[in-house]
Amino acid sequence: MYEFVTGPLAWLAFAVFFVGNIVRLVQYVRGLDWKLDRVTYSVNTSFGVRGAVRSILYWLMPFGTHSWRDNPGFTVLVFVMHIGLILTPIFLLAHNIFLQERWGFSLWSMPDALSDAMTIAVIVSAVLLAMRRIALPEVRIITSAYDYLMLAVAVAPFVTGLIARYAFSHSEPWLIVHVLCGEMFLIAIPLTKLSHFVLFFATRAQLGMDYGIKRGGMKSSGINW
Amino acid sequence: MPEGILCNKNKVTTLEQLQALLADKSGKQYYQEMNNLDVDSKALWDMIQKSCKSRTRTWLDICTHCGLCADSCFYYLANNKDPKQVPSYKIQSTLGQIIRRKGQVDNAFMQMAMDTAFSKCTCCTRCGVYCPLGIDTGVMFSYLRGLLFSQGFTPWEMKIGTGMHRIFRAQMDVTTEDWVDTCSWMAEESADDWPGLEIPVDKENADIIYTVNAREPKHYPEDIAQAAILFHVAGENWTVPSEGWEETSLAMFAGDWEACKMQVESVYAAMDRLKPKRMVVTECGHAYRATVIEGPYWVGLATGKPPVESLHYVEWVAEALRTGKLKIDPAKKIKEPVTYQDSCNYIRNGGLWEAARYIMGQIAEDFREMTPSREHNFCCGGGGGLNGIGRYREQRNVGLKVKRDQILATGAKLVIAPCHNCWDAIRDLEEVYEIGIRWSFLKPLLINMIEVPEHLKPAE
Repeated sequence: MYEFVTGPLAWLAFAVFFVGNIVRLVQYVRGLDWKLDRVTYSVNTSFGVRGAVRSILYWLMPFGTHSWRDNPGFTVLVFVMHIGLILTPIFLLAHNIFLQERWGFSLWSMPDALSDAMTIAVIVSAVLLAMRRIALPEVRIITSAYDYLMLAVAVAPFVTGLIARYAFSHSEPWLIVHVLCGEMFLIAIPLTKLSHFVLFFATRAQLGMDYGIKRGGMKSSGINW
Repeated sequence: MPEGILCNKNKVTTLEQLQALLADKSGKQYYQEMNNLDVDSKALWDMIQKSCKSRTRTWLDICTHCGLCADSCFYYLANNKDPKQVPSYKIQSTLGQIIRRKGQVDNAFMQMAMDTAFSKCTCCTRCGVYCPLGIDTGVMFSYLRGLLFSQGFTPWEMKIGTGMHRIFRAQMDVTTEDWVDTCSWMAEESADDWPGLEIPVDKENADIIYTVNAREPKHYPEDIAQAAILFHVAGENWTVPSEGWEETSLAMFAGDWEACKMQVESVYAAMDRLKPKRMVVTECGHAYRATVIEGPYWVGLATGKPPVESLHYVEWVAEALRTGKLKIDPAKKIKEPVTYQDSCNYIRNGGLWEAARYIMGQIAEDFREMTPSREHNFCCGGGGGLNGIGRYREQRNVGLKVKRDQILATGAKLVIAPCHNCWDAIRDLEEVYEIGIRWSFLKPLLINMIEVPEHLKPAE
């Protein structure tokens, strides 16, 4: 079982993740229509590129935009969770040891204490974000079960990872559950709302181009996100 | 398929249709007929499949429901933070539902969607500036208005407005003759005080072609005279076209894209015919948005730009002040505290905040910014056609509270609003809330402030 989930199933998960995300991006770009969207994407390109880059970079910066600054608590939770979600699995020592064993290469690994802290931070952030959904009426009204499911799918590998590491010291069943959760997360990214993993860049670039080319970008220094 | 006599899926293309609509006071019969209007779900779904592509679908799909758009919406704030006013909720429960149900929605749903699209969103696009994923709900509501219009679900005044554009190429029943007569009347009226002043009609190869909002010839002809005086003092070589002089677009508010195209084509035709170097449009926000920002796309101009370089009035004023074509008499600058209403259409969606600041720096001694301001400013409360729709007057008046409080916080009693819709909304908010403010376009203020060269003054 362990061999299967870390072998063929892992390959499948990574294939869906990479191919799926590329397909999502390609589909997005192919579906853009300069007349319907009313943005000359391929004319006035320098303004478009400038707008897209500004639109992405400001929003990738914690407190880089009015919206992030107006909501400091939320901003901290969102950045802590997303940074943890992305960096922890890539630079986790155990993952890199596994990589070395299987494929003969590994990446830089972070100290276990740091990865533990980041894992816990991801879980705490997710719990607080879930509570925020319940507590704030303006978020509650737009929240559906799907939103909680997405949070759960994203956090499950971290919870099960911690359990596998501490509660049941490297017990195989928990390790299998952990790997399955990770694979589920990878597969879910291109297939669900978690596709904002790549589509964040697409939609941000699009609106940036819209503002950069059409909505004032050629007559100003650019919108102050 | 039940279709009303007045409320139906047909476009208003004849004077008879238009007059019948106008005769229906407040749209009483029109809205009664709307209750029986069938939804052609197949046509609706066909239209969505043709026009709703990855941009809009992705916006609807990946919204993470974080709620950051809530506080960005002036309607949400004005309605005591009613969760039903959260932009994400409003669009997901209307456009989102229509798409999820593949167009299988009923009359009641369409009326709810119409009420939401017009009385809970002015398409100010502020929420798009506050969304981490760059989801522009205002743009989606504009798209939704187009879907609703195609099915006959549009407010009575919007139906009339689109008919006006189709028939008169103007948002009001102003004919070419009316327009040209008004121009010569205003030139005559101004002649005594401004010797040599002209309003040249259809002059070819002028430096500037000047275009307006139909309300000016219809209700505020002095605005045309004021524009003429300022061009005259600035020594501009300018003209107005006899046809293609109207830049506004109620069709844009209604989502009647066909009529939008017809309207801007008339302006672009005037540009082609008269070959001016540049175009300047009056102090109107949505006119600029329609003709300069969106128009090229409706017509299919691959450059995304109008046929000639086009300026909003504030750009022209800023340039005239910078180059010294217009000079402000320092003694006549505005002394009292004064604030400026940033119009969504040419500020947030047009990038012209610096021109506005430059002008204020030149004409005011105590200029006070609203908070927030520039591209982050709140809609006046009357955008998106809302000022003109009787059915939603109450909701509009509630929405005005945000602008009222912004103005009060500046301590200024004078609000400069170089946008017809903003100007109306601020006038109405004074009428409703009586906060003791005055409001003005730039033109009348400038005329009282500029230095007039001796040779342009009337002989004693």
